[in-house]
Amino acid sequence: MTRLPITKTPKCYVGGAFIRSESGRVYAHNDSAGAFACNIPLCTRKDLRNAVETAAKAGPGWSKRSAYNRGQILYRIAEMLESRAGEMSAALALTGASPTTAAREVRASIDRAVHYAGWTDKYESLLGSVNPVSTPHFNFTVMEPMGVIGILAPEEAPLLGLLSMVLPAIASGNTAIALASHSQPYPSILLGEILAVSDLPGGVVNLLTGKRADILPTMATHAHLRAVYAAADKTERTEIQRGAAEHVKRTVFIHSETPCDWFEEKAQGPYQIRHFLEAKTTWHPIGA
Amino acid sequence: MAVQPPRTLRALLTEIGPVDQVGIEERVAKYTTRSIKKASKVQALKLAVSMVDLTTLEGKDTPGKVASLCLKALHPHDDPTIPSTAAVCVYPRLVKHAKKLLRNSPVKIASVATAFPSGQAPLETRLAEVRAAVEDGADEIDMVISRGAFLAGELALVQDEISAVREACGPATLKVILETSELETYDNIRAASFLAMRVLRPGDFIKTSTGKTSSNATLGNNQVMLDAIRDFYLETGTPIAMKPAGGIRTAKQAIQFLIAVKETLGDAWLNNARYRFGASALLNDLLRQLAKEKTGAYQAPYSFTEASGSY
Repeated sequence: MTRLPITKTPKCYVGGAFIRSESGRVYAHNDSAGAFACNIPLCTRKDLRNAVETAAKAGPGWSKRSAYNRGQILYRIAEMLESRAGEMSAALALTGASPTTAAREVRASIDRAVHYAGWTDKYESLLGSVNPVSTPHFNFTVMEPMGVIGILAPEEAPLLGLLSMVLPAIASGNTAIALASHSQPYPSILLGEILAVSDLPGGVVNLLTGKRADILPTMATHAHLRAVYAAADKTERTEIQRGAAEHVKRTVFIHSETPCDWFEEKAQGPYQIRHFLEAKTTWHPIGA
Repeated sequence: MAVQPPRTLRALLTEIGPVDQVGIEERVAKYTTRSIKKASKVQALKLAVSMVDLTTLEGKDTPGKVASLCLKALHPHDDPTIPSTAAVCVYPRLVKHAKKLLRNSPVKIASVATAFPSGQAPLETRLAEVRAAVEDGADEIDMVISRGAFLAGELALVQDEISAVREACGPATLKVILETSELETYDNIRAASFLAMRVLRPGDFIKTSTGKTSSNATLGNNQVMLDAIRDFYLETGTPIAMKPAGGIRTAKQAIQFLIAVKETLGDAWLNNARYRFGASALLNDLLRQLAKEKTGAYQAPYSFTEASGSY
């Protein structure tokens, strides 16, 4: 007797749960040979709004965890990705990556998670400071997370690009909502399943799929998002800046006109974490 | 085997008719599918603002906190087209502090009395509390019924107590809290509604909950009470008002409750003399959604004042 194929319904990882778009819409995702692979949720601005609410709820708990514990959890993401490396490679190969390239991207993604896991309890001593002042005070600058960060992931490197943008945002205690690559969304669906079992509290990372044009304007103007981190072209950058100006939102861009090498050393490091930190300076009197 | 309700309660239910639980739940589920957009949404949000009984009922309430609550009730937002709320709702001890700020204003002062939230004090003590609150300037009194007596079938006792409190209120409007979560079934909620309505004056309220138990106002128990009000109105011509309280935190929920009112009782009940929301967090979400409708951009909750602590 032939067994019926059991195919997976791809769902977005939002608030620790797997959701369909509130719109109920999907778009067909084809493999590199042009054959139908699966239907991917077409998220709307309302999905973004809901994700912002859930990310905001998760924020205080996540930022109050010790830096060491956040590091443990980021490392756990690497562990979980490692154990499903084969499946992830296959997901990347779906849209045409050769097995070697796919395996290389998965390896680099795992290393990137380990990289940021190491930084969680170290960036503070590098980026914060004890400032010399001429009065009898200790003067500290400490780094604090900003809040909810909106991310527009690049079209290429659907796993490594996405993770390289999400990890530095959450390493310091921010929460993030990322729109995955439109042309290669499946790795983000799989990444959601991996994050769900990585001890990462629900709502810290929220992954949406869909059209940029549906999400971008709302991501730019939504007052609750404190920063937007976007791989974007000239027109998109202008639109984001216009929207962000209203609520003085921080914008960090990766120019998508010029090819970005996500594998290189420059694509990671504490300065990526610094993009999404707010410096707080305090004056503390030295005992009389 | 299910425990039989007391004989008195069964007799009352036979008289007023039981509630079709499945039907009610199916009906209220449909209220959440209505599409209210643009101008009608703005109208609904503003109406909801004007129906809020802005509430603070905590042990840590202070005159200062009540003062900021009153100012917020008077002027919820910079936008002058947004109305003030219907009332503030405080503990009796704080009524006189609210009165200082709300004298000669459209915002009424409601006070929970009668040993809120349990109601477990001697009747004389409860009546004294009501009289004291009214004397201090309360325009409205929120009382709790004796749920224990109701469930034991002592319906006459419950009704006599409501009458006694109504007398003690004098000119003040009375709101009778049924505490739906402790009544356990829709049938009991309907029975308690009728029990209260039969001794209330036109314009007095029945109210779902204290907000102090695990389960508060839901579309379901709101609907049972609205149906009871409609049946009572058709039978006697006495219009009773309604106040769901507790658990209504978002503008979306508030609009769903308004839809229930519109589709059950009609436009005559869509004003703050006939329908109220007992809420604290709701007002900020209403303002937030109004700002969203005005600017087109989703707003952050921290852009809206939080007078202090809990609301």
